[in-house]
Amino acid sequence: MLTALLVMAGIAVMLGALLGYASIRFKVKGDPLVVKIDAILPQTQCGQCGFPGCKPYAQAIAKGEAEINQCPPGGEEGIRKLADLLGKEFKPLSAEHGVEKPKQVAFIDEAACIGCTLCTQACPVDAIVGAAKQMHTIVAPLCTGCELCVSPCPVDCISMVPVPETVETWKWRYPVVRMKAVEHA
Amino acid sequence: MLKVLAALIPGIAVYVWFFGAAILVQIALASAAALAGEAAMLKLRGKPVALFLSDGSALVTAWLIALTFPPIAPWWLTVTATLFAIVVAKHLYGGLGQNPFNPAMVAFAVSIVAFPALMSQWPAVGFTDFTAQMAVVFKSQSAQDAVTMATPLDALRTSLHVPEARATVAGVLGSHATFGNIGGKGWEWIALAYLAGGLWLLQQRIITWHVPVAFLAVLALIAGGFSLANPERYAGPVFHVVTGGAMLGAFFIATDPVSGATTPRGKLIFAAGAALLTWIIRSFGAYPDGMAFAVLLMNLCVPLIDMGTQPPVFGHKGGMKGGGRQ
Amino acid sequence: MLATLFKFEGGVKPDSHKDESSQAPIAAAPVPARLVVPLRQSAGNAPLPLVQPGQKVLKGEPIGAADGSFSAAVHAPTSGTVLALEPRTLPHPSGLSAACVVIAPDGEERWIERAPLDWRSASPEALRDRLRDMGIVGLGGATFPSHIKLKPGAAGRIETLVINGAECEPWITCDDRLMRERAEGIVRGIDILRHIVSAGRVLVGVEDNKPQAVAALRAAIAQSHGIEVVPVPTRYPAGGEKQLIRVLTGIEIPYGRFGSEYGVQCFNVGTAYSVHRAIEIGEPLVSRIVTVSGNVARPGNFETLIGTPIDALLALVAPKADTDRYIMGGPMMGFTLARTDLPVTKAANCILAASPALFPRPGTEMPCIRCGACTRACPAELQPHELYWFARSKNFGKAQEYHIFDCIECGCCAYVCPSNIRLVDYYRFAKTSMRALEREKAAADAARQRFEFRNLRSEREAKEKAERLAAKTAAARQAIAGGEKPAAAAMPAAPEQAQALPQLDEAKKALIAAAITRAQAQKEGVQPKNIDNLAPEKQAEIREIEARRAQVRELAKTPPEEPV
Ligand code: SF4
Ligand code: SF4
Ligand code: SF4
Ligand code: SF4
Repeated sequence: MLTALLVMAGIAVMLGALLGYASIRFKVKGDPLVVKIDAILPQTQCGQCGFPGCKPYAQAIAKGEAEINQCPPGGEEGIRKLADLLGKEFKPLSAEHGVEKPKQVAFIDEAACIGCTLCTQACPVDAIVGAAKQMHTIVAPLCTGCELCVSPCPVDCISMVPVPETVETWKWRYPVVRMKAVEHA
Repeated sequence: MLKVLAALIPGIAVYVWFFGAAILVQIALASAAALAGEAAMLKLRGKPVALFLSDGSALVTAWLIALTFPPIAPWWLTVTATLFAIVVAKHLYGGLGQNPFNPAMVAFAVSIVAFPALMSQWPAVGFTDFTAQMAVVFKSQSAQDAVTMATPLDALRTSLHVPEARATVAGVLGSHATFGNIGGKGWEWIALAYLAGGLWLLQQRIITWHVPVAFLAVLALIAGGFSLANPERYAGPVFHVVTGGAMLGAFFIATDPVSGATTPRGKLIFAAGAALLTWIIRSFGAYPDGMAFAVLLMNLCVPLIDMGTQPPVFGHKGGMKGGGRQ
Repeated sequence: MLATLFKFEGGVKPDSHKDESSQAPIAAAPVPARLVVPLRQSAGNAPLPLVQPGQKVLKGEPIGAADGSFSAAVHAPTSGTVLALEPRTLPHPSGLSAACVVIAPDGEERWIERAPLDWRSASPEALRDRLRDMGIVGLGGATFPSHIKLKPGAAGRIETLVINGAECEPWITCDDRLMRERAEGIVRGIDILRHIVSAGRVLVGVEDNKPQAVAALRAAIAQSHGIEVVPVPTRYPAGGEKQLIRVLTGIEIPYGRFGSEYGVQCFNVGTAYSVHRAIEIGEPLVSRIVTVSGNVARPGNFETLIGTPIDALLALVAPKADTDRYIMGGPMMGFTLARTDLPVTKAANCILAASPALFPRPGTEMPCIRCGACTRACPAELQPHELYWFARSKNFGKAQEYHIFDCIECGCCAYVCPSNIRLVDYYRFAKTSMRALEREKAAADAARQRFEFRNLRSEREAKEKAERLAAKTAAARQAIAGGEKPAAAAMPAAPEQAQALPQLDEAKKALIAAAITRAQAQKEGVQPKNIDNLAPEKQAEIREIEARRAQVRELAKTPPEEPV
């Protein structure tokens, strides 16, 4: 009996040591919390969360001053990731901050642009090029779709256009398993 | 899965030859309970019942329970244990393919802990009278000493673990004329029949060699080493390999793909660990056969084993430039 | 001088079904009424269009020019008139469309001037450029631009050239027929490829179920030295590029690496043949051989102009009545076509008509029982069931750790899985999702950087402006103190007022107003803003959001706090 107990205890100690070693060995070194939160935010820099950009929002979340469901571009998935990271409950996107939309980019009707540069000043990521009194244009790959340039334009020549899916960016859909449908198989 | 059932048939035939037809009743009981439990759970979980029943995994669990339980265990024990295996050990853990523990072994372990007496009530050799057996199974009439006996493993444990008794392996095994001289009368033949079935499974590529070979080799090696060092205290390798659940375990239990390791090296480690634990529990533990506990303990380690034994991938074998193995 | 063969792990042996289509010689498919030529027909960048609707083109005239080095040109498959340059649905599992050139053939098949190149005296660079401009891409199905594969890698020189004539997928016989009928052209193409990379030896791997092809090739190489035709054991996917290289040379090339880094490179026999046509005859890649087989009355192989509608090919083979779908590519790696009016592309090696009897749909998917059958079948030596588990639970990090990108999507695992799991679909889902995530992450990182840079800059600008103003004010004060008139009348009262971002002074406002009135006149015809014509609630919502944005812009003017 005693031997048995000893053997069991031995095994327990061994496994414990192994697990302990594994947890040290496989521990991930962490970034500061703000950086981690900022990494989850979509970097659209649109301000819909109520903060002037993603980083300030990340700082507010880290300090506990903001909810995790205020970022419409990040959408549900983003909220889920934040909830995971912070060990909080998932909650749906707060409607007061906006709705989740497919990604868009801004488009300037170059014929109507008067070159006032107001949009360049509004763009948080310098995605609009053009000099004073010259036609302006959006560098589409840089545009995050924040819509901040739309309203400052005095001649309303900026519109948002959805980014189309192409063969290169297309994703296989998640395989759907319909087990119930084919009972007889 | 149907092939696994087929491979068990020789073992069952020999079983019937030595210990009577009670085992067939037990198999029927367990099968019925397993199918009923499985069907009910599938229904509850909204899965197509007929489709999932036809894969046979519930039957394999049922047969393994029947074969590891004493053939004259009371009917309600078999039925409850099987239901427990199917409902708790299998479906509550997510059903087919998800259960981390071997359901049959969970049932065995739970039963032996809860009903140690009933689980060690093995028929004496020669007690093959069907009516008498059924009386024990169904009337829950307690079996008299005349019809039951300890298995060789049991006898060894009870005698050897009492230091004052000064018993020796040879003494214990020799004291019962009915034990046979290898692994206990009858048991060695059943083990051989399991071996035959297992080899057929190997040949059919249902299982791979890793688990049975590693299991039996490690068990034989340890048993051999210790019995060489102290033949009075430790039984020999042949005895260990052919007695109790070893052969059944090597080919039919530890090879369960769902709860076992999947990488080749992982399988070796898994089986070696199970063999080591089996031997330890048999030799020092409080329970006669350690197979069930050993397998469950190793089930616990499977994720760790699988993670640590990832085989190298094509082109990533390191070593020579070009990742090639020339 | 028989080369020693190596073995690759795993693989399966499905019924080959080659005899159906390998009997008849290659026939030319007729020129259809319309050709739809996708611009992008290779891996890499889409070519830049060179033609306008209405323009007349000759056969072989470039209609798309390679865009950069990772791209290949596209040519008019026949002479005729360009009808349109517009997005058309592609034969692609996504069913999406991309830019295509639609050509109405004039039926004359008038070639542009074809100029052979004396390759023996040409430099490798010139030959590679020529191949790019001739639109030569891998014809095994991957359509990787060949000229890129011919660049010497880190190993310095490509010592061994592997030519892939294995054709391991069931049903497909286009390479088999090509080798039997045009072995000489293939060997000449091989000579050119070999010259470009100055390879020491050439190994042509052909599965041993194609003895006639082996014999034809051997006869054709009688004069060339150092080319060896090696029959390899028939086992799918022996014709996978990595598998064939392994079988013939023992070298294993991991995911993301080029064979040239290991001194070996692999080309399909069809590619070799088109190299010969491109260099020695001056014909760009405008057609390919397509196997059309399966549940049809007259299976065969057809030399098909790129852009020919699949319908037109099917008309040649007469699909049987119980055909329920069509597959492009082989049964193992191909995909079901949503429609059959799609064009044949350079990637289209095979079109199969499928009936439930010939190509039974896999049974109901059951849970994985970890039986390990997939692991034993996987030629990439992966653990498909683990990958399945991770892909299914969208645990992409883990999937990558288990080398999901090394999966060649051969389908062996799904073929053997007793639980009928469509494993490859899960891997494709995971791979494409991971690539999308990576793109998103790269874009987000770039946006973050630009945002931070911009904040820094506006902070610095604000500071500089404040300093300038402070200096000016000080100077003015001094001047006043010195009894002189201030230089400018419109002097800001206090420097703080200029602290904020550029304020619009009156003059500027007037300018803008003028510009607006000017623009307004033009603007009558300009399309409405995207938020017009919306329900009132929606508009209210938008106004609210805009208000919040305005507020945010105010906030943004104060420099952000230091990061915590
Ligand atoms: S709402 Fe806009 S600014 Fe705020 S975190 Fe999301 S993307 Fe960034
Ligand atoms: S705000 Fe409008 S008008 Fe002014 S530069 Fe931008 S696009 Fe042109
Ligand atoms: S073959 Fe299918 S059931 Fe077996 S381990 Fe692989 S995925 Fe699971
Ligand atoms: S599809 Fe991928 S995982 Fe499956 S067998 Fe082929 S290489 Fe292996």
